[in-house]
Amino acid sequence: MSCSRTRNVWAVCKRELGGYFTSPVAYVFIIIFLVLAGFFTFNVGAFFARGEAGLGAFLIWHPWLYLFLVPAVGMRLWAEERKAGTLELLLTMPLTTWQAILGKFLAAWLVLALALALTFPIVITVCTLGDPDKGVMACGYLGSLLLAGAYLAVSSMTSAMSRNQVVSFILSVVICLFLLLAGWPPVTGMLVNWAPAWLVDGVAAFSVMPWFDNLQKGVVDSRGLLYFLSLILFALFTTGVILRGRRTN
Amino acid sequence: MIAANTLVKWFGAKLAVDAVSFTVAKGEVLGFLGPNGAGKSTTMRMLTGYLPPTSGTISIGGHHLEDDGLAARALVGYLPENAPVYPEMSVTGFLRFAAEARGLWGKERNLAVERVIETCFLEPIRRQTIETLSKGYRHRTCLAQCLLHDPPVLVMDEPTDGLDPNQKHEVRNLIRRMGADKAIILSTHILEEVDAVCSRAIVIDRGRLVANGTPAELRARSASAGQVRVRLQGPAAKEAAAALRALDGAAAAVVDAESAAGITLIVSPDPRDGRRPNLGPAVAALVAARHWTCDELRVEEGRLDEFFRAVTVPDTKREEKG
Ligand SMILES: Nc1ncnc2c1ncn2[C@@H]1O[C@H](COP(=O)(O)OP(=O)(O)OP(=O)(O)O)[C@@H](O)[C@H]1O
Ligand SMILES: [Mg+2]
Repeated sequence: MSCSRTRNVWAVCKRELGGYFTSPVAYVFIIIFLVLAGFFTFNVGAFFARGEAGLGAFLIWHPWLYLFLVPAVGMRLWAEERKAGTLELLLTMPLTTWQAILGKFLAAWLVLALALALTFPIVITVCTLGDPDKGVMACGYLGSLLLAGAYLAVSSMTSAMSRNQVVSFILSVVICLFLLLAGWPPVTGMLVNWAPAWLVDGVAAFSVMPWFDNLQKGVVDSRGLLYFLSLILFALFTTGVILRGRRTN
Repeated sequence: MIAANTLVKWFGAKLAVDAVSFTVAKGEVLGFLGPNGAGKSTTMRMLTGYLPPTSGTISIGGHHLEDDGLAARALVGYLPENAPVYPEMSVTGFLRFAAEARGLWGKERNLAVERVIETCFLEPIRRQTIETLSKGYRHRTCLAQCLLHDPPVLVMDEPTDGLDPNQKHEVRNLIRRMGADKAIILSTHILEEVDAVCSRAIVIDRGRLVANGTPAELRARSASAGQVRVRLQGPAAKEAAAALRALDGAAAAVVDAESAAGITLIVSPDPRDGRRPNLGPAVAALVAARHWTCDELRVEEGRLDEFFRAVTVPDTKREEKG
């Protein structure tokens, strides 16, 4: 039974992956991601002038790049199926809604992971120019991947809400921006002056930023991993609830 | 195989399906008829588990849709309205996916895909991207998808929509062939199709089931059923009409046409105890006794379109009546 479950997820995932690579979505995403990552790292982040042997100048931009690029990939997840009517086909197959959601999510995440993997030249550069801590670099990449997954799950949720892709894009950018800014020092600094400490901590606890920062510094904190995984699971679960609800009207 | 019990579906404040019940057994092809917006597609969406009914129960092959949805859906092949397909995929790619989603992998999958490509005549376009297909081919691709796992239950929403006359014919033959050992439900606006493939038909109007019977039964309930049409040479129109009207069991006899070839009269039966007497022999006997020349005598079977119009409310009158 669990074998057939995995196979069902894989069937959906494989179809999605095929869809990404037969349409320009995957290529456009990967190219834009690489170009922007390069631009921010080398031109804005002054990668070479820093003289650090690390990925700091590179990874620091990821939350902001993903903020726009991931919702652009995720907005089509359900909106497109709904519009083309294939949602009816997909959900009447002998799959659970959860399997369909997971399959589609994993496929999109794999595309994001591929884009991230294609930034490997920067790792080579760092390694040839200096003597970086490999563990910290791996952690940094892990953080970036988890962050992309979290944004993607949020986009999947907003995509299920509306058949209009523009609406779902804007909604997910706003939610991701909240997740990003809730723990950003300027924002928490603003709150700290008038809000009680528990509220500041509460809001900051929603934020992806502290966990992302930790991973960048090479701190693998089980709470951080738990945070990302529960955010992803929560958003995917909500996707299921919305899909089930939206079918009724 | 399929049992739907008092299905009700509300869309907000709008009642789309109102207490519809029916069953379909193995070996039956059930036709769904009804005007636009009657609730045919909504009923089919509930049968296939896409829309949950507001109330009522559905069981497919003994599996209840709410408790055991996966097992129930595994028995069903579904062709949704407008035949949705993934535009960016190739025909074979799409069919492979549909097979895998239904649990067919590897060799089994390839065999199933080859089989439906043959039954749905997709060979010439098998490598083409679905986006670039004509409407009829797209429709056939989606039709192929629902036959992959050779399901015991088929639910098809307008299966011949957009097909050319040859393909309509092929698909009807296919459905009739498959009907022998499957339970099939199809919706259609083409009444000849009901005659051609359905063993039973139900008519839905504004969400309510208004008729359920074999095509012959439904036809027999139309106004023209049992009428006798005769063309006579010799007698005067008035005399013939009076004589025919006086026959036992006749309610009326009117002159339909008068020409050099003769006069055509229509004799309507007088329904007794809900049954219409067969006037054919009586009319023939009268013609013989009076030594009239008759070159046409036909007992009307009734017409489905007439019956359909009688039991459904046309769009234009809906506001006043509904
Ligand atoms: N998602 C929905 N939200 C609100 N109303 C809906 C929805 N789907 C269908 N309806 C309404 O339910 C009624 C039945 O629609 P349905 O599509 O079942 O009709 P149909 O019998 O298939 O018609 P057609 O012959 O045109 O295909 C219609 O009045 C329609 O407007
Ligand atoms: Mg319909």
